Amino acid sequence: MIKLYYFAGLREVTGTTEELADLAGQTVGDLSNWITDQYPDMPMQSVRIAINKEYALSTDVLQDGDVAALIPPVSGG
Amino acid sequence: MSIFEIVTEPIVPQTYADYVLRPEAGAVTVFTGHVREWTEGVRTLYLAYEAYVPMAQKKLAEIGHGIEQKWKGTRVAIAHRIGELQIGDIAVVIAVSSPHRSDAYEANEYAIERIKEIVPIWKQEIWEDGTQWVGYQKKKPREISHD
Repeated sequence: MIKLYYFAGLREVTGTTEELADLAGQTVGDLSNWITDQYPDMPMQSVRIAINKEYALSTDVLQDGDVAALIPPVSGG
Repeated sequence: MSIFEIVTEPIVPQTYADYVLRPEAGAVTVFTGHVREWTEGVRTLYLAYEAYVPMAQKKLAEIGHGIEQKWKGTRVAIAHRIGELQIGDIAVVIAVSSPHRSDAYEANEYAIERIKEIVPIWKQEIWEDGTQWVGYQKKKPREISHD
């Protein structure tokens, strides 16, 4: 299973801060499509995905136990 | 060694300046970013910052170590506060020491620019008539420079 984290405004789309998805062996691009299917309002064009605390490529393959974070545009400082 | 941290308590800038100071340093620059009340005519009551803490600390460390590679002889410490912050509170502190001042100035500005690009921290503005996650929705004000 992959653990998903939703931050900031994305929580208002999902209604939850985290959930599990059965996506081990699939790519980050597949994960992105899965999220769009679950949450059609998710603004994926402006969301970056981090896997295990590092920004990921859409071709990266997910391993069982990975933590995927959906990162909306950051606004620190 | 350096410190790169997300904190919940008020930031004391001197702590970070002291941390980077050492005998070889002829200059220390300390940048503090504060909560601003007015942005393009819209009044902020307070801000709430959120972070993906483990990744944010990792990215702050990456920025700091990158600076220490790029500007030889520098030492860097960075802290960002999360939670509810009031007008005037310090949200972020960046301390850079270097043998000569130009590097300390340049590296410090580079650090805040990178923080605004890659560190997973989010700011929610709370106004009298609503809230918004900055960078996420396009309500007013349209474009905010957040220092």
